[in-house]
Amino acid sequence: MDDAPATRRSGLAAPVRVVSARPSLGARLRNLADRRELLTGLITSDIRIKYKGSALGIFWSMLSPALTLATYYLVFSIFLKNGIPDFVVYLFAGLVVWNLFQGGVSASTGVIVDRAGLVKKVSFPREILALSNIGAAVIYFLIQVGVLAVFLLIIGHAPAWGFVAVLPLAFLALYFLTAAIGIVMSAITVYLRDVRHLMDVVLQLWFWLSPVVYSYENSIAAPLRRHGLTALYFLNPVTPIIITFQRAFYAAPVVRSTTTGLPLHVLPSWSLGEFVVINAGLVVGSFVLFLLALVVFGRLEGNFESEL
Amino acid sequence: MSEVIEVDGVSKRFKIHHERHNSLKERILHPGAGNTELFDALRDVSFSVGEGETVGILGHNGSGKSTLLKCVCGVLQPSEGQIRLRGSLAALLELGAGFQHELSGRDNVYLYGSMLGFSRKRVDQIFDDIVDFSELAHFIDTPVKFYSSGMYVRLAFAVAVNVDPDILVVDEVLAVGDERFQAKCIDRIRTFQREGRTILLVTHQADTVKAICDRAIVLDHGLKVADGEVGEGLRIFREHLLGGAAPGSTSSAPAVRVEAVSAPSGSFEVRHGGQLNLEVDLVSDQAVSGNLVIEIYTRSGLLVSRNDSQAAPVDLTPGATRVTVGLSDVPLLDGVYDVNVGVVDPQGGTVLGWREKAAAIQVIYDGRAGGVVALDAAVTQW
Repeated sequence: MDDAPATRRSGLAAPVRVVSARPSLGARLRNLADRRELLTGLITSDIRIKYKGSALGIFWSMLSPALTLATYYLVFSIFLKNGIPDFVVYLFAGLVVWNLFQGGVSASTGVIVDRAGLVKKVSFPREILALSNIGAAVIYFLIQVGVLAVFLLIIGHAPAWGFVAVLPLAFLALYFLTAAIGIVMSAITVYLRDVRHLMDVVLQLWFWLSPVVYSYENSIAAPLRRHGLTALYFLNPVTPIIITFQRAFYAAPVVRSTTTGLPLHVLPSWSLGEFVVINAGLVVGSFVLFLLALVVFGRLEGNFESEL
Repeated sequence: MSEVIEVDGVSKRFKIHHERHNSLKERILHPGAGNTELFDALRDVSFSVGEGETVGILGHNGSGKSTLLKCVCGVLQPSEGQIRLRGSLAALLELGAGFQHELSGRDNVYLYGSMLGFSRKRVDQIFDDIVDFSELAHFIDTPVKFYSSGMYVRLAFAVAVNVDPDILVVDEVLAVGDERFQAKCIDRIRTFQREGRTILLVTHQADTVKAICDRAIVLDHGLKVADGEVGEGLRIFREHLLGGAAPGSTSSAPAVRVEAVSAPSGSFEVRHGGQLNLEVDLVSDQAVSGNLVIEIYTRSGLLVSRNDSQAAPVDLTPGATRVTVGLSDVPLLDGVYDVNVGVVDPQGGTVLGWREKAAAIQVIYDGRAGGVVALDAAVTQW
């Protein structure tokens, strides 16, 4: 207790905090940065609660994607042979991206409603609740990337190292995009409870609009081009991120078909420079979306207490 | 004195839904949100609290006092105006609201600490103090879902008071735990005061305010109606608000005014052990029966005695009524005592009329005993 007065004096020298109707975006960001310890605390407690009392703990988070992977592998490489060699690698590379996006968005959509007790009683930036669920999804994502890396090592499939260097950019874009959608949805769900169920349906549709279980270049690029719909298809910002991960881990844009022996175009033949430009653009765009999401959230949060 | 809390023109408006249209279908079928009413919980409230002050916020249910406190803590955003805070703040609003049932007490201490805005390092330093204070050393690694409600609250209180906040905000949570733990909490709050920290306290217990606060703010229907010295605040709280004369009051309860208190002998002086008669003039707006309440306080604010005429309610007719109160065998020692007089409803205990410091009585005592009352201490040696 001896150092108490000193701590208090430093507290008084601290900048004035303002509680007002509409904090500015800068104030929101500062507030978020100040409370990053709460964010990490919530993420770790989320994960601990989820696997509490289970013997395998967090390894369960690898089991579910591994099972999905096994199923898709059976379907696409054995029953419906599509001729793409090492298709599992291609599939897993896209799936880790999709799992982060889908897991993050669906976990944060209902979070404000589910944690109403906390929202009405404790003061902290509410968007941290959405960010903590997305943070947990990021942890699972990293675990899955680890699993993928081990898998690549085992089967001796070399990634394209030059393109691996672009992955941090792609990850940043994915994170901000997921956070932006998750934050906005968490606020809208407070007013319209149906949104949670709507999101389930939308995400399912979204999954098939993204080239995870099929190859964009091999299966739909040509028909899209014929109908002039390529631009429309790429309005889905998750698609280029998925393609970046596939390019880095699957490595080969053109492979020899295992069934016909003919060359197959699996991935777009964009150069490294093009990948960098696309992903950098995505980072900027998704960060702007993230800021916009914070502004929208700020507008909506003023009436939370009368809706919860 | 530097200002630690500045509340500047704060209003808070709630939307009250009479029919909720929360699903997409209902929103589409009932555009324009249907039955929504606006409710002003706070109306243009301004005040500031200086460093080291202890301020009590008084008000009846629905006066906006809890809303105000939640705005100060940042749980609610004001609709208009702003609140500026200097230094760290710990709020004892809903103890344990942030606890995760599945996690152990230890994990929850860290999580709750970070919710209050304190770093992991800071909580590390004071972890042992927290556990000591909560008296839960045995159970600290048990998930809190196995805690009793008392243990739960004790742990939350221990975190909040040990994280060393500059500002402590307390909302009627002092009634937690057993009597011993309550005393410990009050004791901790006094330590806080001695250390020059700022405390904001919401309560409707007049005794607590009297015992702890330097200043009282009275709220009624979202408006600040008084701000100042504790005795004055309490007088306004009781007379003005509970007496039914509240601005905007919708109650049709009979209003009784304590007009005057006089002594038939012409003097409020009484000798120790003597008899003092007081005449109380009451004015009522309707015929009502009520209990007369007499409170006697020392000048330092200690309640010496509270009596009511439970056995013999007074029947008031519309207009003026005079009743006599006889105080016999006055056991008080010398000094000046304040007398509060009020009339309460015999059933519900609602205060119909109240007058703080209606009279001051002077007691004369020649003996050698000190204190407030004379107690015969017969010493016998065998």
